[in-house]
Amino acid sequence: MSVATILLLAQEAGAESSTAVTWFMPGKGVLVVALVVVVVAVLGSILWARAGHSIVVRKIAGLDAVDEAVGRATEMGRPILFVPGIQDMDNIQTVAGITILSKVAKTAAEYDADIEVPNTRSLVMTSAREAVHAAYLSAGRTDSYNPDRIYYVSDEQFAFVAYTSGLMARKRPAACFYFGCFFAESLILAENGNAIGAIQIAGTAETTQLPFFVASCDYTLIGEEFFAASAYLSGEPDQLGTLLGQDMIKAVVWVMIAVVTLVATIAAVTESAGVTQFITNLRVSMGGG
Amino acid sequence: MSRTVAALVASIAGLVMVLTAFVQPLGFLGSAVVDWFNVLAAIAFVLGGANLLKMNLMKISAREAGWGYSAVTLAAFLLTLAVGILKVGVHPDAMHPNVAFSGDKEAVGAPFWWLYEYAMSPITSTLFALLAFYVASAAFRAFRAKNTAAILLLGTAFIVLLGRVYVGVLITSWIPADNAWVAWLRLENLSSIIMSVFNNAGTRAMMIGIAIGVAATSLKILVGLDRSYLGQGD
Amino acid sequence: MASNPHNSNARHGTFLSRLDSIDRRWIFLMMALAVAGPIIWVGITGKTFPETPTPAVQGAFDAIERLPEGSRVLVSFDFDPASAGELQPMATAIIHHCAMRKLRICGMTLWAPGGPLIGATFTDVIGNDPTYVYGVNFVDLGYQSGNEGVMKQVGTDFPRAFPSDARSTPFAQVPMLKDIHKLTDFDLLVSVSAGYPGSKEWIQYGVSPTMTGGKPLPFVAGATGVQTPQLIPYYPGQMAGVLGAIKGAAEYESLVNTKLRSMDSGKPIAPKFQEAQRRMAPQLVAHVLMVGLIVVGNVIYFAGRRKGAHV
Repeated sequence: MSVATILLLAQEAGAESSTAVTWFMPGKGVLVVALVVVVVAVLGSILWARAGHSIVVRKIAGLDAVDEAVGRATEMGRPILFVPGIQDMDNIQTVAGITILSKVAKTAAEYDADIEVPNTRSLVMTSAREAVHAAYLSAGRTDSYNPDRIYYVSDEQFAFVAYTSGLMARKRPAACFYFGCFFAESLILAENGNAIGAIQIAGTAETTQLPFFVASCDYTLIGEEFFAASAYLSGEPDQLGTLLGQDMIKAVVWVMIAVVTLVATIAAVTESAGVTQFITNLRVSMGGG
Repeated sequence: MSRTVAALVASIAGLVMVLTAFVQPLGFLGSAVVDWFNVLAAIAFVLGGANLLKMNLMKISAREAGWGYSAVTLAAFLLTLAVGILKVGVHPDAMHPNVAFSGDKEAVGAPFWWLYEYAMSPITSTLFALLAFYVASAAFRAFRAKNTAAILLLGTAFIVLLGRVYVGVLITSWIPADNAWVAWLRLENLSSIIMSVFNNAGTRAMMIGIAIGVAATSLKILVGLDRSYLGQGD
Repeated sequence: MASNPHNSNARHGTFLSRLDSIDRRWIFLMMALAVAGPIIWVGITGKTFPETPTPAVQGAFDAIERLPEGSRVLVSFDFDPASAGELQPMATAIIHHCAMRKLRICGMTLWAPGGPLIGATFTDVIGNDPTYVYGVNFVDLGYQSGNEGVMKQVGTDFPRAFPSDARSTPFAQVPMLKDIHKLTDFDLLVSVSAGYPGSKEWIQYGVSPTMTGGKPLPFVAGATGVQTPQLIPYYPGQMAGVLGAIKGAAEYESLVNTKLRSMDSGKPIAPKFQEAQRRMAPQLVAHVLMVGLIVVGNVIYFAGRRKGAHV
């Protein structure tokens, strides 16, 4: 692509200067700093974990219950239902859900339990099939793998939940897993699962749907517990190092909130023009308006 | 090898998207990547449609439990597809009266519009309305004051449930609204305070945690540390 | 515990335990009656409850009131028929308010099933008003796929994101869009959203980038009750106002109708402009039912605990 084309595109993208290309977008400095902090914290923690340092992770009851749930389904001779959310692969929650699916599928393969995975997106169906197939392979149960158990239903959320509700009523799964991005259908899924007496484990980062899962499911992974699930279940140093990195970032955020809150309080109490201006500039630079 | 290539493609695409957020001249790349994803998702509809046909036909032929629903699903799917693609019953556009397919299939009165207005709309609205019933049964079953946190939760629920409707205004209407010392005790004001202060604090904290989790998970995928979504397993 | 049927404690315990294991379809029936009854009552009497707007709703109202006549407002109808029960009254009230203020309205959506809702809302509110001409005073851009990609693209190149309107008229040929090149060329952005993509994404990709230099874009959001807590952290920083659930819609409607009455005191307000207020009656009864169910559930729970303690 020629320099002239890049300049033209830069102009169309709203570059402020009329004669030179502005390479770095104005107002993104704080984001760059945040990005650097995240990368250094996470990658540094991974390297630290690889060096052999042990990382202790608190118990997450929902993840400890996965084996129990799969075992229950095997004993009762009923299938397992896994719903990886209703969004596409461009949503990080769906990717996290597929990661957990591979772990649950491996456990199901080891226990010789049937697992059924209805999907709302074809790309997710394809990815889920890959994940489940690999899980069955690693468990040495390739013969038990049935790709028709992972299928597409509908992109429309209520058509999907209508199908899944019917599936629950007919096949009465003993264990239901809901891991991914959910919206209004979450309560319908969870209540139907409750009505059939299934053990239910849910995990989502959608804060709006967490109350419904908490009310109706046996175990719920709240917010970042959901993203920590793959690390928790695998126990690999790389994955656990990520958790440590996340905690370090949270500590930095905590300190920032405490310091800036103190400064803002001082500004409000003393009515100092300089401090107030500093707080305003900080807020505007972070896109706070 | 194929999984390594797939992970490499994922990493490059992700890194490009990160760069486009900061480097102005590369903004067009971000749009291009989004367009490619939309093309992939559109093609995936064909894959999904074929899978839908296959699964439901299998259920019908095997007479599995609920096969009648599969028959209805297939009939509705094929009918909507035919009516939409073939623009059945659509009047030509006024500017192109001699071109049969020039009309808008979503124009009022068109068969496709009829399917949207009288089939899809009421069905999806009804399913959404089911939430009210399920919330009631969940509230009866699950909202029990088993410990201190549950008691606080219940108290908050009562305040917000009543404060958001007129009965809450009536219950505390005796509290003077113009007295700043006690006006906040009115249920509608308490409800607003709970939403804007307590809920706000909790939601912000969760959003920060979730955002950090998203960033860390995305970083793991971008640098290829987590490939389980490709079917690598452990 | 004695099993004598004449023992009042045994009868009491049996009744409560039967109540605890009640078929949930009885609860569904109670909820159906709790909603249907008030709907019929409102339909017959036409009565609604008075509404006192909260600061967030007042802020949304004032954001539109502040705009001079002829200002351009972009309204994103990010919902589908499923959530239209909660959000359609909101959208109708906003379009009605904009029309009363003689603002120029541009409708769009990022939800595929939301496309027909834009045209239906314009038809419902504007109808055959001769002073409101399509293309000059209002335009329907329809649906565009791409979620946040569209939001980012309209920030820098609006015509590239929407090459034509819903009637296939090229963007450049629509009179009211002639000098619209990017999102900030609009005077106000309104998002009525049911989920993803919606108001939160508009804040992240549409509004926040305008706040770090240049002209901040005023933004008003309307959302379902479930989504509103997610948006509260952005008020009042990135949002001028937020309409939360049907309650917020009712408060906003009451403000709009109060203004309408002050402009034209003799004319009755059509029921279609009072839909949110009319829905507050079933909301009231349903909420009271929920509180009652929670109380009964806890009575059963504590009675069961006491029974267990006395065994």
